[in-house]
Amino acid sequence: MSVAANVSAGAHAHDEHHEHKENFITKYIFSTDHKMIGKQFLLTGMLWALIGGFLSVIFRLQLGFPEMKLEWLRPLLGEWIQVDGSLDPEFYLALVTMHGTIMVFFVLTAGLSGTFSNFLIPLQIGARDMASGFMNMLSYWFFFLSSVIMLTSLFIETGPAAGGWVVYPPLSALPQAIQGSGLGMTLWLVAMVFFIVSSLLGGINYIATVINLRTKGMSFSRLPLTIWAFFLTAVIGLLSFPVLFAAALLLVFDRSFGTSFYLSDIYIQGEALPNMGGSPILYQHLFWFLGHPEVYIVLLPALGITSEIIATNSRKPIFGYKAMIISMLGITVLSFVVWAHHMFVSGLNPFLGSIFMFLTLIIAVPSAVKVFNYLTTLWKGNIIFTPAMLFSIGLVSFFISGGLTGIFLGNSAIDIQLHDTYFVVAHFHLVMGSASFFGLMAGVYHWFPKMFGKMMDAKLGYIHFWLTFVGVYMVFFPMHYIGIAGFPRRYYSWSNFEFANSFTDLNMFVSVAAILTFVAQFVFLFNFFWSMYRGKKAPLNPWRSNTLEWTTPLEPVHGNWPGEIPTVYRWPYDYSKPGAEEDFIPQTVPYSQTPESNLPHEQQFVDEEREDAADDVVVANEHKH
Amino acid sequence: MSIDKINTVEEAEQPLSMHPQKFALWLFIVTVVMLFAAMTSAYIVRQGEGNWLIFDLPTLFYVNSGIIILSSATMHWAYTAAQKDNLGQVKLAMWLTTVLGFAFLVGQWEAWGVLVDADLFFVGSNISASFLYVITGLHAVHLISGVIFLIIVLISSYKYKVHSKNMTRMEMCVTYWHFLGGLWIYLFVFLLLNH
Repeated sequence: MSVAANVSAGAHAHDEHHEHKENFITKYIFSTDHKMIGKQFLLTGMLWALIGGFLSVIFRLQLGFPEMKLEWLRPLLGEWIQVDGSLDPEFYLALVTMHGTIMVFFVLTAGLSGTFSNFLIPLQIGARDMASGFMNMLSYWFFFLSSVIMLTSLFIETGPAAGGWVVYPPLSALPQAIQGSGLGMTLWLVAMVFFIVSSLLGGINYIATVINLRTKGMSFSRLPLTIWAFFLTAVIGLLSFPVLFAAALLLVFDRSFGTSFYLSDIYIQGEALPNMGGSPILYQHLFWFLGHPEVYIVLLPALGITSEIIATNSRKPIFGYKAMIISMLGITVLSFVVWAHHMFVSGLNPFLGSIFMFLTLIIAVPSAVKVFNYLTTLWKGNIIFTPAMLFSIGLVSFFISGGLTGIFLGNSAIDIQLHDTYFVVAHFHLVMGSASFFGLMAGVYHWFPKMFGKMMDAKLGYIHFWLTFVGVYMVFFPMHYIGIAGFPRRYYSWSNFEFANSFTDLNMFVSVAAILTFVAQFVFLFNFFWSMYRGKKAPLNPWRSNTLEWTTPLEPVHGNWPGEIPTVYRWPYDYSKPGAEEDFIPQTVPYSQTPESNLPHEQQFVDEEREDAADDVVVANEHKH
Repeated sequence: MSIDKINTVEEAEQPLSMHPQKFALWLFIVTVVMLFAAMTSAYIVRQGEGNWLIFDLPTLFYVNSGIIILSSATMHWAYTAAQKDNLGQVKLAMWLTTVLGFAFLVGQWEAWGVLVDADLFFVGSNISASFLYVITGLHAVHLISGVIFLIIVLISSYKYKVHSKNMTRMEMCVTYWHFLGGLWIYLFVFLLLNH
């Protein structure tokens, strides 16, 4: 109701806002507008997701059908398909390495955080743009440069990095170890350095923007949970990526300068290497000090997006707003003190292992609080099953089923059996991979109308959701059994062992399901691009949501609001407030305009304000009316 | 719309905010702190595993520490002079700080030379020497960025862009330079205690 009024209020343009003449290059390529940069991240991320997904299809073919002849892939993969038509074993390792790297960093970090932090932070806190548009542009272009280098490494003769996405030395440090540790590994490291620079530039910007550029009335206790999540994600990134940089730097010195930070007592073909006194475990500590927080860098934005979408489409206030914030803060802090649970079997002192086990299991508490709050928000809500809502509920489902296995894996004793098996793969693909991917999808379906001014087709969205949701469970649920049986990850073939043969069927099933799930993504791609041009024109506030981005014009210009930036008077979750005319009250509506729905303390606050105002002749915000 | 009928709207509070660029600088400082926290932690962890050569740090490090403390003092002089619009003193103090910054870098280079003379190399000697080169080298790289910042402020002081009404750049430069000086003192003390 009042959305349109707020938009049209304030006829004269803001002083800071100038309408620049934009050409193609400044508008679509070297843009400093946060919305365009967000879209750039989204499209690049989607491209990476396709590449990363396709790589997984190739290695799933190998795992499900080890005897299969893959000659038909030769036009694409060339000599990586051996003479007898099987996949080159070293290339298999490169495939899993690049799948991991691409999905973790390029899709779920840059594609998720980069897209939605950029797109939503200024829109939802009421800012014209990021703190520094130029730094924001640099952030994208460093990411692009990093992408180009990583992509190039896929096509070189010796193949891309092949030591696993964690690139543990000595495998990654010695070019003579495997082909992928040559030029491919060098390119991997260079690409990651640019990626870290991009992440830090982005993160500094997100934090500076959230803290300093909030509109009038937007206190921290009125921030949408999406912004809280993006903010904490940026904080985690800011604290952990420099450590990865340190780890990578020492690895570069070991590889290219001959130092021995990570190398010691190595014999290759009977010949001793000169490196003495290094410690490969040191690398693992440094890597996982980033690596574990990285899990939450990937997951938190998805959880924030889900909070927003579930509240909006349940037509209910989010249950436990403060508990949500506190649990996200808890996760942020805990994410830095659990890294060694990735190293239980690395020879870690068992006593230290117990401490890390204890700290790891504590993470179950804030995670459970979040799940509880999602479910209680849904409970008795007037649920509207938009595609975004379905994906959000799907996220909660994965978060539960994947989170439960995390409790097993966090135990240092059980980890001896489960470490580096497909059980681990199943666990993190559900709780981190699929959950975050569903958060990303939910976000795209939900904010597509704001990004492109068009609606996505809901029917195709439902098809996409059900195929993906069922597909993900078909892929990863059986994988737990394969893992419990002791099937290790990162092996080209395990069929030489008698026990493994009883899992041939299950592996085939997983591979078929993976391929179907991958194919189902093309439904989304079609929907995305078709709707961009041919979709129905979106209404201003299609989901009847409270947050500020829906008070902008259909396709916001650079600067977001043509007039003044709206002022915020309430939290973003006033859905179905008893007494209110509509089932939502946007953040821009003052309490004084909603006497029928105000709670006693809110009405008291308004009355006091009114008395104060009566004393002053000047009425607050009069110029708005 | 019924908005016109209601003439009183509660005042919305302006949220607290800092200068975004200054704030961003502080965040950058946080990333640098994390980088060196990682390096010094790696140093301690590696040291705990044994096979660690103990050697005396070059005495030149004491001289360099003196230089960097002195440069912080002249930097502060430039800052207070700018506040008082004493532009001549600003230029002089900025010149002094920049020269001292260069002197520190040269001093660090010489200290590396002392290490080399003592047969302590980046590659091939004990890992403790490699760590020393990495930590001091990384600090020097950051110090070079600091000197570039000093030169930028120095140039803008000649264009009359540094005065009491235009202190942002100066304040950021002061913050960064003091940080780099403090970082060196921390690293030096750390190395003295843990070599």
